[in-house]
Amino acid sequence: MSSIAFEPVSARRRRVDKLARGSVAVLTAAALVPLVLILYYLVKQGIGAISLSFFTTDPTGSFLGDPGGIKSAIVGTVLMVGLAAVVAVPVGVGVAIWLVEFGRGSKLAHAVRYFIDVMTGVPSIVFGLFVYITLVLAGVGGSSFAGWKGSVALGLLMLPIVTRSAEVVLLLVPNALREAAYALGAPRWRTVFRVVLPTALPGIVTGVLLAIARAAGETAPLLFTAAVVNATAFNYNDRMNSLPALIFQNVGQAQDRLVTIAWGAALTLVAMILMLTLIARMIQRRSRLS
Amino acid sequence: MSDPAPNALRRDVTPDQIPSHEPPVAPARPVPRAGAATATQRAARSVTVERLNAWYGDQHSIKDLTLSFAPNRATALIGPSGSGKSTVVRCINRMHEEIPGARASGRILLDDVDVYDTSIDVVAVRRSIGMVFQKPNPFPTMSIFDNVAAGLKLTARKVGHEQVETALRGAGLWEEVKDRLSKPGIGLSGGQQQRLCIARALAVEPDVLLMDEPASALDPISTLKIEELVEELKSRVTIVIVTHNMQQAARVADETAFLLDGELVEVGPTEKIFTNPDDSRTEEYVTGKFG
Repeated sequence: MSSIAFEPVSARRRRVDKLARGSVAVLTAAALVPLVLILYYLVKQGIGAISLSFFTTDPTGSFLGDPGGIKSAIVGTVLMVGLAAVVAVPVGVGVAIWLVEFGRGSKLAHAVRYFIDVMTGVPSIVFGLFVYITLVLAGVGGSSFAGWKGSVALGLLMLPIVTRSAEVVLLLVPNALREAAYALGAPRWRTVFRVVLPTALPGIVTGVLLAIARAAGETAPLLFTAAVVNATAFNYNDRMNSLPALIFQNVGQAQDRLVTIAWGAALTLVAMILMLTLIARMIQRRSRLS
Repeated sequence: MSDPAPNALRRDVTPDQIPSHEPPVAPARPVPRAGAATATQRAARSVTVERLNAWYGDQHSIKDLTLSFAPNRATALIGPSGSGKSTVVRCINRMHEEIPGARASGRILLDDVDVYDTSIDVVAVRRSIGMVFQKPNPFPTMSIFDNVAAGLKLTARKVGHEQVETALRGAGLWEEVKDRLSKPGIGLSGGQQQRLCIARALAVEPDVLLMDEPASALDPISTLKIEELVEELKSRVTIVIVTHNMQQAARVADETAFLLDGELVEVGPTEKIFTNPDDSRTEEYVTGKFG
């Protein structure tokens, strides 16, 4: 019957709204500029170096002649990051399980969580220095620089990332599921492995892949643990090349062909990490927790 | 009967070795319903709560409660929010102690075995006393079949297809899900999920089924199905049902206990509690004057 008379939106409110929307849009665009520029330059500079032989030959170290490819760096990165992940992921997930399922609220858990936070903030070069002093200079394992020492530095770097991300995901698992399992008479450890972990798995995998991506892009921990070499090495006790170290070495050379190699290697590294991230996204989409 | 029962809850005794019981007293209202034909009569156990006190930290939430639940009967716990209904139920299968800072004292007897006795394994207690929660909580990573089988798998026992079918039939869900047992349990509707959780609890073949507001998150049709189910399940288990819905208590329970501020005000046959209670507070509550 009677129509309700709503007051019209005031001109001032409309102006403020427009201003707020506008500034958010501008800031978003500003944030996108460097991201797009990086990718653009990477592809522009790196694409020229890409060829089949680029991936299948080792660097030659020749300054004037044929510079070769980046095979040893790809192999070294995969091997070192792989070993680091194999060790750091179970340990990190284990620590997270303990923090959430067993030690929750205890003093020790608080201390552990605090140290993990500190470790997350430690600059990566410090992990490299630590390994350099304790393993490289001491010549542990009969070698000075070695692939496995690079893995140790990367593993130390990954550990807090894996732990923190896994802890967050485990905390997201509804307590109702744990209670349901306990009420069925399930012991705590079986509840963790049969109910909590499967529920949290997609999220844990995402965190692990992000940690791997982070480690794969690290230069500093590898420079004085695994060194920079040309030849492909499969023995973890040998010096190993890696993509970030190769980029670091080549990009400063006064030789265009070497700089192009560096760009090509950077593009390769970004492509590898992008693939990992895409896998992580696909798994996350399947997550039942979201 | 000499006293072999204390062993019944220990780890090393399988359910088959548990001595059989006296035949149960015939339920006051034996209502055979359509579809109940599969439910076989089975002697369940009684639960006796003696001088139970429970705390959450410093908060004394159950005060000196003594109450018994007859075998193969449904007993409703009613009372306003915070009166301790859920806490009582959670003390019976020792889920109360899973909450940090929570503790309980007193005795809770399953027939004549104290479930709080130090020689009793909490895992065995929970196998004998199943529980259904307020919100349906099927395991999200498991199929319908695996959800029902979970109770057996999580306690390291073998699972056969018949056990799962029996449990699902017992929960009145078999006809609805028999063609999609491998589909995820969380794909079911809320009411179906709750019956799946009931099936999951039944698969372990408990003597007692605790239901903590099992229908409060469900629509009226699903609620009705759960209530019919309670009627059928009495032939096999002793039922303790917490509810804040007094009509529900009146519909499903043989006995009703009224709790207020962690104390038992009154317990008796449901009809008496709702029509002619002894205590004035009970009368005020059931007639809707407070709570």
